[in-house]
Amino acid sequence: MAILVNEKTRVITQGITGKSGEFHTRLSHEYAPRFVGGVTPGKGGEKILGLPVFDSVRAAKEKTACNASMIFVPPPFAADAILEAIDAEIELIVCITEGVPVLDMIPVYKALKTSKSRLIGPNCPGVITPGQCKIGIMPGYIHNPGNVGIISKSGTLTYEAVGQTTAAGLGQSTCIGIGGDPIIGTGFIDLLGMFEQDPETQSIVMIGEIGGDLEILAAKFIKENITKPVCAFIAGQTAPAGKRMGHAGAIISGGTGTAAEKIDALRSAGVHVAISPADIASTLVKALKK
Amino acid sequence: MNIHEFQAKALFRDNSIPVPKGFLATTPIEAEFAFRRLGGEVAVVKAQVHAGGRGKAGGVKLVKSAEEANSVTEKMIGMKLITPQTGEQGKIVHKVYVEAGSKIEKEYYLALLLDRKSAAITFMFSTEGGMNIEDVAHNTPEKIAKINVDPTLGLKSYHITDLLRPFDLPKGYAKKFRPVATNLYKMFLKYDFSLLEINPLIWTTDGEIMAIDGKMNFDDNALFRHPEIEMLRDFAEEDAREIEASKSGLSYIGLDGNIGCLVNGAGLAMATMDIIKHYGGAPANFLDVGGGATEEMVRNAFRIIFSDKHVKTVFVNIFGGIMQCDVIANGICGAAKELGLKMPLIVRLEGTNVDKGREILANSGLSIISASDMADGARKAVEAANK
Repeated sequence: MAILVNEKTRVITQGITGKSGEFHTRLSHEYAPRFVGGVTPGKGGEKILGLPVFDSVRAAKEKTACNASMIFVPPPFAADAILEAIDAEIELIVCITEGVPVLDMIPVYKALKTSKSRLIGPNCPGVITPGQCKIGIMPGYIHNPGNVGIISKSGTLTYEAVGQTTAAGLGQSTCIGIGGDPIIGTGFIDLLGMFEQDPETQSIVMIGEIGGDLEILAAKFIKENITKPVCAFIAGQTAPAGKRMGHAGAIISGGTGTAAEKIDALRSAGVHVAISPADIASTLVKALKK
Repeated sequence: MNIHEFQAKALFRDNSIPVPKGFLATTPIEAEFAFRRLGGEVAVVKAQVHAGGRGKAGGVKLVKSAEEANSVTEKMIGMKLITPQTGEQGKIVHKVYVEAGSKIEKEYYLALLLDRKSAAITFMFSTEGGMNIEDVAHNTPEKIAKINVDPTLGLKSYHITDLLRPFDLPKGYAKKFRPVATNLYKMFLKYDFSLLEINPLIWTTDGEIMAIDGKMNFDDNALFRHPEIEMLRDFAEEDAREIEASKSGLSYIGLDGNIGCLVNGAGLAMATMDIIKHYGGAPANFLDVGGGATEEMVRNAFRIIFSDKHVKTVFVNIFGGIMQCDVIANGICGAAKELGLKMPLIVRLEGTNVDKGREILANSGLSIISASDMADGARKAVEAANK
């Protein structure tokens, strides 16, 4: 089961002939052979990594029946690439690209509302269902099939949570990096709801950071809708206000978006919050024993 | 990226937002001439530094003659301005802006910003101009109005009507306000702002609207399409280490502590700061070497960390995904050879090629303290810093 991706997912890469696009398509395809092609305008008809290249997403869909896309298109053109995938009615679009101008994301956000597509990202590590399908840049080998669902705004911090849960003898159902930009396709709430419905997922790890209020909205949602144990960590407890901490969205502005207010909201929703990032798995294990 | 007030005023002028007349001056005599050219009875001499809170720190002075403009500028240029935003090291004033005095009837507030939640552009207006808007929001929220505009549909006349509707405004105000709000909105989209704030937006005794001061934040991700904005960057106003880092493709933010951090990934870099604090230490910086760091980038990262004289120990915390641990290990060895290793170095490596990386470090002959995990590394770093 798991969520979003599984062994039936058929993936294309938009920007497959670029350096990163090719590299990560290769690694993802080696991890689980779910890739069926790629798109680079002007290079239709070529082959790369043994996969056919098409000029457009629509062309790729007609020939491969793909239902997911991984986007490695450079920032100035990334939003257009997402719109193209939405237009072709690709069910799951995962945009890895970092540095997309935020105003470019507004039309994308509006187009998603009336579409059949779901977007993960941009500026994210991607999605993986261990052993079944990897769409993204995460190191595949640290994952183990299992029952913990992981949702995170950060890449390496997701690996940390995966590494810790694996070391604790737990595995993961699906891990999703939702991205660290101000406007993203899918927030915590939708994914929390999916994990709640997924019989394979028995507990949830949620990793947030400073900036915005997605974590606070998630806390409210958890309180009202989630019955499975949720463990969380919020990065940036010591971050100074007004400074962008790497991610475009990770900034405390006007005194809001602090780690403290997010931790308070999550705690009052019954979430088990780890204060140290080294305690993510141990906090979860403690919660599971209750 | 931040810009100076005189540059912001020029941008306002170019985009048909009314601002008072003003001239830039780098010497007292230039300020004196500026006063004469303005031709009014009063002018304001304003220190040009990248920091808010200049007024209280003595960086904004009212002058009533050309001679006074000269003498005030004489004192201001070269002075160290310390405001709540500059920190205790302050900022040296290199230039001043001499601006015509305005006859203020009332001060208002107008801003445009991105609303993350609804992916819209928010107009904010308040009758309490000239004050900290966060304080107004806290104390008298009814004096702030907000309207969201969907940029895919565009700004409509009714948006502005609704924005002003809650307030009792001077006669003729709305008519003067409309073009200002419309031009500000166009400007927001044109330059990819994330925040565009006018505070105060004044209503003069002659019934005119003017922007007196403001704040502009650009979306750094969009600067590639605004070379005209990038040209306004003043490197003298920025932290030298942050500039050095961004040239090397690193993301660095200086902090007050003494434990240097070198991490891959923004989330893990923030979490590393957190865990150091958790064990009673203080991080000297945020530093993300990114996913595709090379040995050279790692060397540059060390150079930047070492240039901070407060640093007593360095904690390297890597969870390699795309980033391979052997690349980091070679970068560490290269940096140690080139720069010398004069302080304890704690290294935690995990992820892709971790065995290769650990072997490189073990055979390097460097005295590196290795850590089994993040908590172990943070504990050892705090211990080393406290010695």
